[in-house]
Amino acid sequence: MTDVTYFDPERDSARPVIAVEDLVAEFRTEAGIVRAVDGVSFDIAQKEVFAVVGESGCGKSTVALSVLGLLPQPAGRIAGGKVLFRGEDLVSASPARLRQVRGDRIAMIFQDPLSALNPTIRVGEQIAEVFRAHREIEPKVAWEQAVELLSIVGIPRALARAKDYPHQFSGGMRQRVMIAMAIALRPALLIADEPTTALDVTIQAQILEVLLDVRERFDMAILLITHDLGVVAGTADRVMVMYAGKKVEEAPALDLYRTPKHPYTWGLLGSTTRVDRPRTGSLPQIPGSPPSLLVPPPACRFAPRCPRVQPICRTDYPELRKVDVGQVAACHFAQDPGWGPAPEEVPA
Amino acid sequence: MGQYIARRALVSIPVLLIASISVFAIVKATASPVAAIRSNPRVSQAAIEKYTHDLGLDKPPPEQYLTWLGNFIRGKWGTSIVTGRPVGPDIRDGLFNTMILGITSFLVSIVLGVGVGIFSAVRQYSFFDYLSTGSAFLGLSIPVFWFALILQIVFGLYLTNWFHLATPVLPTAGMFSPGATGIDLIDRIRHLILPVTVLSVQIVALYSRYTRAGMLDVLHSDYLRTARAKGLNERTVMMRHAMRNALTPLVSVAAIDVGALAGGLIVTETIFSWPGMGVLFISAMENGDYSVVLTWMMIVVAFVIVFNLIADILYAVLDPRIRYD
Repeated sequence: MTDVTYFDPERDSARPVIAVEDLVAEFRTEAGIVRAVDGVSFDIAQKEVFAVVGESGCGKSTVALSVLGLLPQPAGRIAGGKVLFRGEDLVSASPARLRQVRGDRIAMIFQDPLSALNPTIRVGEQIAEVFRAHREIEPKVAWEQAVELLSIVGIPRALARAKDYPHQFSGGMRQRVMIAMAIALRPALLIADEPTTALDVTIQAQILEVLLDVRERFDMAILLITHDLGVVAGTADRVMVMYAGKKVEEAPALDLYRTPKHPYTWGLLGSTTRVDRPRTGSLPQIPGSPPSLLVPPPACRFAPRCPRVQPICRTDYPELRKVDVGQVAACHFAQDPGWGPAPEEVPA
Repeated sequence: MGQYIARRALVSIPVLLIASISVFAIVKATASPVAAIRSNPRVSQAAIEKYTHDLGLDKPPPEQYLTWLGNFIRGKWGTSIVTGRPVGPDIRDGLFNTMILGITSFLVSIVLGVGVGIFSAVRQYSFFDYLSTGSAFLGLSIPVFWFALILQIVFGLYLTNWFHLATPVLPTAGMFSPGATGIDLIDRIRHLILPVTVLSVQIVALYSRYTRAGMLDVLHSDYLRTARAKGLNERTVMMRHAMRNALTPLVSVAAIDVGALAGGLIVTETIFSWPGMGVLFISAMENGDYSVVLTWMMIVVAFVIVFNLIADILYAVLDPRIRYD
């Protein structure tokens, strides 16, 4: 064993596992520099499931990749801010230190498990590799551990299946393999970037079940990136909503559904499908499309699409303001009494 | 895996048979074994008829084909009507000489092409990448015969005169110096340099492009990101996860190319007087040397088919997704 420390409740439960402070991430493109994440802060407590939601291109995946310094090279870079993992800044950490943390203390799973697994290496071997990268371990022991992990995540006949290649598994089983790989060294934080997006709805529920199960088992915190508020509802403890690279709202999951304070949030909630309600015509949607991040709107980024837009929204940037315990929203009017969606805007 | 190989090998047999029928029909339609002697006024009509009968040419074509195929399989490849010697040793020598030239070029090209390709991909859009891309297009665009002649002039003439040497800086023809006895390795290598350069420029240009494209694909792949997210060191990420998958397509392309090599490198061999399959074929064609042409084509066809089979098998070995259709 190396000097890696496991979770110590007395020492660790008080402070967040990870604290992201004022993160700025940029991509160089042919058209210019795109600021995909612009001054985003949040933290995640021990064993907490923290969801980041928003539509495509809002920067949520960039947040996830930034935590582990995995932005695509050479186009992407972290232009500012800190990612504090148990107090240690990973943005300024050396590549060697970052490598130690990756896969060991912080692990990650991705959207499409077929393309995220190496097609030419047996899945057991891809899991065993994690042990060998971080621990002095006999190859045989690493393999046995890999087999055990496969059965922990619910893969039947794990001993035999460890010898199979990714293409021999179904989509859901592949994501289980990814999870097995991620939890191999009992990380303190698991980043799940759209883990269910590529899967059937029934399989989605199973995968979320597995994630919550391993969270319980190994006391992991989870950073769950998704665009699916249905996924968030039954899974997350707290939710952050992102729009055009900015954090626009953050709240405990239940509060977010009950009292959304940012018009974008209630637009999102209004456009989710609800099987528990009678169908009423077409699915509502937020008019317009997200702004170009090359030339973002000068003040509130949601102003061009906002149903309640006021002159101030086009001139002054709305800072995040506290609206309730644990709830903040970046809207000028968030603290106004009675501010919230009209009944027709959210099918309550 | 065994099943896959067996199935592929079995499929090759009918392909080989169909190819042999085509080869036989085409050669028979274009070159008559008696044309050369018929135009000779000193050969009597009776002699021509006897020769025709001996060769079985008075029988119906399917029977001729079966007779020829039987003979071919048993290694009876006939005799050259030009030299009167059996065809076998000439083909064997030609093949051997071509392979010396071809395999050397291949080894040089694979090492250089893969190296350049990987480096260009890893340093995409760097100065080196642009340089290698530009050179590759140049290399592919230069006509082989022109480049070969330029090398001969420069190394055989200009540099030799420049340094006032009695003999050329590098030999411009043949496989070894005239009058050489035994195998002088240095002499052999010196004779290889110019033809190998000509061939390698083309192959390096091509393979570096293949490698670069394959490597870029892999470098942008999700599983490489996964490998990094697992905390593997960069060496393992590159060697284990990137290179193997990036080079799989090149391996099968190269295997097919080695098979096609049997056909000789007609232009290069001719210019550098390299006694290989290409030179053999050209002279047999010019002389209407029926049995040489027929045997030559069959051997080349067999090589191409066998190496295609090898390419298929290698692909399946390297990529498990292929094994289970």
